[in-house]
Amino acid sequence: MTYLKSRRFIASAFTAITMLSITRTITGNGDLTSTVTIAQALVFASPIALAGLAGIWAERAGVINIGLEGMMILGTFGAGWAGWQWGAWAGVLAGIIFGAIGGFLLAVAAVTFGVDQIIAGTALNLLALGTTKFLAILLFTNAPGGGQAQSPPIKGEIPVFTLDSIVVPLTALHEKEIFFVSDLAGLVAGLFYNMSLLTIITLLLFIMTSYLLWKTAFGLRLRSAGENPWAADSLGVKVVQYKYAAVVFSGMLAGLGGAYLSIASTIYRNGNTAGRGYIGLATMIFGDWRPGGTAAGAVMFGYIDTLRLIDTGNQNVKGLILLGSIILFAIGAWMLRSSRRNTAIGFLLLGAVMVGAYFSATSFPPEVAQVAPYITTLLVLATASQNLRPPAADGVPYRKGEDH
Amino acid sequence: MNFRRLATSLVAPAIGLVVSLAATAVILISIDASVTVIFSSMWNYGTSPRAMTLMLNLATVYFLSALAVSIGFKMNLFNIGVNGQYILGSLAAAVVASNLQLPKVASITVTILTAMLVGAAWAGIAAWLKVARGVSEVISTIMLNFIAIGIISYLIVRTSIGTETGVNIRGTKLIPESGMLRGNAFIDPETKVYGFLFISIFVGIGYWFLLNRTRFGFDLRATGKSASAARTSGVQSTRMIVTTMLLSGAVAGLVGLPYLLGQTGSYNLQFPTEWGFIGIAIALLGRNNPVGIAFGAIFVAFLDVSSGQLVLEGVPREISTIMQGLIVIVVVISYEVVRRNQVKSEQRSVARALAKQEVSA
Repeated sequence: MTYLKSRRFIASAFTAITMLSITRTITGNGDLTSTVTIAQALVFASPIALAGLAGIWAERAGVINIGLEGMMILGTFGAGWAGWQWGAWAGVLAGIIFGAIGGFLLAVAAVTFGVDQIIAGTALNLLALGTTKFLAILLFTNAPGGGQAQSPPIKGEIPVFTLDSIVVPLTALHEKEIFFVSDLAGLVAGLFYNMSLLTIITLLLFIMTSYLLWKTAFGLRLRSAGENPWAADSLGVKVVQYKYAAVVFSGMLAGLGGAYLSIASTIYRNGNTAGRGYIGLATMIFGDWRPGGTAAGAVMFGYIDTLRLIDTGNQNVKGLILLGSIILFAIGAWMLRSSRRNTAIGFLLLGAVMVGAYFSATSFPPEVAQVAPYITTLLVLATASQNLRPPAADGVPYRKGEDH
Repeated sequence: MNFRRLATSLVAPAIGLVVSLAATAVILISIDASVTVIFSSMWNYGTSPRAMTLMLNLATVYFLSALAVSIGFKMNLFNIGVNGQYILGSLAAAVVASNLQLPKVASITVTILTAMLVGAAWAGIAAWLKVARGVSEVISTIMLNFIAIGIISYLIVRTSIGTETGVNIRGTKLIPESGMLRGNAFIDPETKVYGFLFISIFVGIGYWFLLNRTRFGFDLRATGKSASAARTSGVQSTRMIVTTMLLSGAVAGLVGLPYLLGQTGSYNLQFPTEWGFIGIAIALLGRNNPVGIAFGAIFVAFLDVSSGQLVLEGVPREISTIMQGLIVIVVVISYEVVRRNQVKSEQRSVARALAKQEVSA
């Protein structure tokens, strides 16, 4: 990481913790930054992050991957099927392989035959859904503990780490409710509490991707296949091979994301992905086709999901409303400095409305939190889409020798 | 020439059908099921009067869904948001219709207009985001689908819009009989063919007319073929995008109505929410042509209905979803292969003609 990048990272982390801390202080809701919340948010965020990362690999090589959902479904199934018989690690491996098969199918349709990539992805989703439901009935109905729509429990576990020497004192510090300090303590403790090895692997895959795609000749060639495959070809890059490699690896990552879901819920269940492949696609766009932003988007989805699901007194969603308005105010104020006055005023107004809602209502229905990530994504796209830069030849079918 | 075009456009679906049937046969053999027994059981049940009725009813829904998608396709717009547009449209239609005390024709007209308006409005958000903010409609409509599900679950679970309609099923108040369009049982004495079938045929004719016989349709097709050429000849692309998305959304709003007005009479939490995706597949199979779409819709509905009996043979009915997925993949690939061969043979005939000229010169 360069000096400038690490400074930016620290600055944005500092800002995020400050906002969380302000919200926690005003609402008096310790759950917002507690150890358990953060740990659970990582569990929810990881499969989405893996789907987003899968999207980055395919689209950086110029193949739009709407089929992420289908590849993830294949991954959940693979993990349930193998995990039930041979243990959790076999499940992870099978999830990756099943996802890779999905990726390969997409590559055949989109790269070899050059059909419209969105259509090929949609067809893949249909095929994956049908195949897994079909096989689930055949393979799990008579299995002990299984059913028509779910596998028997996955055997064994993926190691989960808790570092008590860090978690215990930091959690105690979190409960002291000191501004900023307690919240930072909760966040850090969350990283060492029930940390799954799969989450660590996810993190490593993000680091590996940043390095491979942006710091190596391999990555430059792969990205050139997504920016200008004709120019890349003229320089001797084997574009088709790179596209195949990227899309199959994309399928492996999405399959791993699916396996993560099955292992987290200890079984395969029909519909367990619940559209997370599409959400992963959204985080990828949110993150401007880069690993850092994609991870941030996934954490946002995971965090909001966690707060919604562990909400005991209907207060977490209220806290989210306040947090949202603080973020809107901050962005609005920052934008006022630049020349985008109209957008800035829009953000400030929206923030004011949300503050008003926060103080006038005693609680908010969980549906608000359910749709919040999607609305956030739309807001980000609406305000930042001019700054987003997808790969130039993303979605363009490529045939060797045919120029555009 | 026209005959040749028709022939080439039929080749791809035929290949798709054959390959997917073959693949299905392989799957059936691999699970030790008898291919002939399964296919003949699907055929026998699928051609029974009751199944034919169910098939027409489902096909009505699929037809509308595919029409909505294909309006966008004609202009290279991907409306993946049919799901969100039709569930919101159906909910609004159910709420309005259940509060109407009007003669049948008036009530149904109001219901239809409500559904179209809400569907169009929801698609309009995606249109605005695309035109004003440059957001791809693919991703915005996916987000809007999720948001629509949240809104509906809120309205039905937490507001007075929802009431207990059945055993633990919350939904809207029942629509009075005067507002329903239950149809007639003219194929099978026990099951009614949705009255909405005829309305959707009109929508199909309207679609054909709009696209092939109006200035707007010409502009739309021109923009789809070449956006830059259309712009140069004076077509306003932003206006075209907005109008197309609104139209697509309006038709999408209708997708749930055959079922709502013909069957449930209430929008409840078990109302199907995924009819939009199959529309994408059918629009492809039918090549965005209303007649082709009608055949595609009937075919897919046939697979869905006839597979319902397979449980008796020990084969999961999801085999029909697998077949649908296979058909779509194979058909789009064969369309592409056929197109390439066409281009190649055209190039060859041009080359031949040119070579002849040179010789004679």
